[in-house]
Formats: sequence, C-alpha cells, structure tokens
Amino acid sequence: MRTPLSEEDVRKLNVGDVVYLSGVVVTMRDAGHRRAVELLARGEKLPVDLRGLALYHAGPVVRRVGEGWEVVVIGPTTSTRMEVYEYEVIEKTGVRMVIGKGGMGPRTAEACKRFGAVYTVYPGGAAALQASQVKRVLDVHWLDLGVPDAMWVLEVEDLGPLTVVIDSKGRNLYDEIYREARRRIDEEIYPKLGIK
Amino acid sequence: MVLVLASSIESKLVEATVKLLEAAATWLPSDVEAALIKAYEVEDNPVTKSFLKAMIDNVRIAREKRLPICQDTGVAMFYVRVGDKFPYTSLLPSVFRKALVEATRRIPLRPNTIDVFSGKNPGDNTGRYMPWIEWDFVEGWDLAEVTVLLKGGGSEVVARAKNLIPAEGIKGIIKYVVEAVYEAGPQPCPPVVVSVGIAANVAMAVRLAERGLLRPIGQRHEDPEVARLEETLLEAINRVGFGAHGMGGRVTALDVHVDYAPRHPATLSVAVLMNCWAARRATMRIYPDGRVEYITHPQLNREVA
Repeated sequence: MRTPLSEEDVRKLNVGDVVYLSGVVVTMRDAGHRRAVELLARGEKLPVDLRGLALYHAGPVVRRVGEGWEVVVIGPTTSTRMEVYEYEVIEKTGVRMVIGKGGMGPRTAEACKRFGAVYTVYPGGAAALQASQVKRVLDVHWLDLGVPDAMWVLEVEDLGPLTVVIDSKGRNLYDEIYREARRRIDEEIYPKLGIK
Repeated sequence: MVLVLASSIESKLVEATVKLLEAAATWLPSDVEAALIKAYEVEDNPVTKSFLKAMIDNVRIAREKRLPICQDTGVAMFYVRVGDKFPYTSLLPSVFRKALVEATRRIPLRPNTIDVFSGKNPGDNTGRYMPWIEWDFVEGWDLAEVTVLLKGGGSEVVARAKNLIPAEGIKGIIKYVVEAVYEAGPQPCPPVVVSVGIAANVAMAVRLAERGLLRPIGQRHEDPEVARLEETLLEAINRVGFGAHGMGGRVTALDVHVDYAPRHPATLSVAVLMNCWAARRATMRIYPDGRVEYITHPQLNREVA
C-alpha cells in the first residue's frame, strides 16, 4: 500500500491481513500524543497534516548527518500507553493507519470503525531490519521532547510485515487471542495443575 | 607513577566496557538466538512464523552491521560480581559512567533517561544513580565479572510483585505467574524470558528475579524441585497460546527461571519479571593484570588480542 491512504483502501482490510507500506509515516509516542491532543483540543494544527498518512508509535535511534538526520534503527513501542489519546487523534487528523505493537483498546477500535482507520503491528524489536525500510528522514518536529519523543517524518519503502490487528469493521485480533487464552487457562491449564 | 598506571588501566577498562555495551546492544547471545530458531521450527501459524523470521533476520543484520537489535536500548544496568582481592573495584563506577556516555554516542544507544521532575532528557543515558550498579561480593576472587543487561520499556511495564498469603503455597505462585503472563499479553514482545523470585519480602523477591534474567536460556536451577517448577511453569505458559508478539502460537516463553530465599511466617512474596525475545546481555571478566575476557561473546576475545 502507498500513502496517501484513502478511506476505501483501509476499509478493505481485515484482521490478520499482512501489508507492506510505502510513503510517509509520522512518529508520535507518549509525550507527542499528549502535545498533539492539547493542540487539537484548542483547535490548532499539528506541524504535519496527517490526513491519509500512517502514525507510528516509535522512538528511533538517530544520527546527525550534515544538516540532516539518519535513522540508525527504528521499531515500534508498546501502543497501549497511547490508548487514552488515540480516539481524538484519529478523529481530528484523518490519519488512516496506526502502527505499533502490543495492541490497543476499545476506544481506538471504535475510532477505527467510525472514521475509517486500521491498527497494525510490526514485530517489536526487529529494529535493524526495519531501518533498511526507512529511505530518509523528511523532517523532525518537537525535538524539545527529546529524540525518542520527537515527531519524526519518515519516507518508507515496503515497511513490514505489518499485521492488521484492529480493522475498520470492529474486529480486534488480540481480543480474540486473549479470549482463547483465558479459555485455555481456565479449562485446561488450571484443572490439570489442580488450581482453582 | 601509580597515578599514571591507574589512569591507563581506567581508559583501558572504559574501552572494554564500551565494547561490552556494543556487544549487548548489537549481538544477541547464542543461547537466545538458538531458542528463537527453535521457536521458528515448532510454530506452524504462518503469521507467527513470518514474525519470527523477521526477528531472526533482524538478529543477523544487527550483528553484521553492528546496529542495535532493538531501538529501545533500555537503561543500562550493570551487575558486578567482584572478588575481595580485585584491585580496581573503586574505579568501576566511573569506568561504567564514562563508557555509557561514549557508547551512547558511538554505537549509538538511544538516550533513555528522563528526569522525573523536570522531564528533561540529558541525551547521554546518565542521571541520578545512573548507570545503575548491583554488587555481589565473592570471597577469595581476585577478578570481577561484569554483566550488562539492556532491557527495554515494553518488558518492564508488565513486571509485578506481591505478597501472597503463605496458605496459597506453590500453586498460588504458579497462578500468579500465569496470570502475569496473561495480562502482559503481547506487550513485552513475546516469546519472553520469565524470571520469578520467591522470598520473605518483595525487595528480596525482585532482587532474585532480576538475577534470574542473567541466567542463560536452557539452564535449570541446581535444586531439582525448583527445576521441576521451572518446567511446570514453562509448559503452562506455552499452553496459553500467545506465541510470538501475540500472533498465536506454541512458544510464548523461551524459558522460565525461578530462584528463592526463605519466606517469613506471614508472607510468601513473589516477583515476576520478564525480558523480551531480544534478551540482551553481555558478560566480561576483568583480571588483576587488567586483561579482559568476554564470556557471552567469546568471538570478541580475538578482536581484543
């Protein structure tokens, strides 16, 4: 897939689909989300128009190269911490894909369904592999938050494997895997060990 | 003359420690890599397999290009087992601090230390009490064994500890560990290494669990009863079925390590720590003549020689 992503593009995706993404992704993690939500609440614009782009929960390792920057390695951070912010971000920016790891909750799933977006995960920790999928750093904002929390604007090529975990139809793959895990614990694991 | 010697040994140890940090960040120990390859072989879910393949490819790329395996290079923790006859003990804190600043610049490591009150990131991984050092003293040794553990935030947020009621017993501990893994789900980047400490209070339990993270994968506790508990827990956790990154599969944990100290009549304290699949650690020994030997990464000894 390639950015800008249309609503139609992402509404075709289902949980479990594996996609590779080319185009522009923008990083925001904890502090970036907090700032973004404050700006959006005041009706202000973010430094980058996220409409049709992918938002990435990541804090890269970077290196200065002349006037610019180079991504040394990059990979996803745990998305659950951004759950409190993501509904507003999806609603107010028009971002079409959120990339992270570890899963997100019902508010994000609701936003994906209502506004047409998906949440995908990249294998956490595979940062050297992923660095080869980042072509260049287009821009950086909010460096006052520190390198991990700054907003990095990246051009990527065939970023992936990304697995769709929340689609725009209300399904959440991790909810399903959790339900099966609970069943196995209560019906198989504990009875076998004599645990109530 | 003595001062000159001290400063030359110090700079030598700084350089050796930068190399240790680089090994930890970029080169997964062979026991961890072998466990990942085994996980790849036993999984049959194609999505889980594709994730494991990306992880194993990543380990190779990181080693070849000397890049950090994961962008979250953690907060550096040093575990030192130092002999009472080792001559350079007092040099080590400043050696570690200088090496960490240099490694942050050179490898590079991600600057991860943020001041709790000001929110400022100094950019070099230092800060109050950093780098963190845990000391164990070994009587009769004339050497020091230094292990650095780089553990990311994702595997840290799922750590937990509790005082169980003694009546809950070993079954209570098993349940507490399984529930910890269940609640952690995909967050700590499974397949994880689970380390359990059991003791008279939470502080002791955490300390034991922490040291368990340093133990190689596949190495059982020397007490057969504890080793059996490790195997029971490993089997139970893998039946939960999360698999790599929660994509569903047979290998949720690469291994489980347990250690214990006595409990108090009123408490049965348990701590559960997890390390992500990129369980990054590196160990070196420093001998009294200043010579350094890399234990987890013996290939580096050739480069030094």
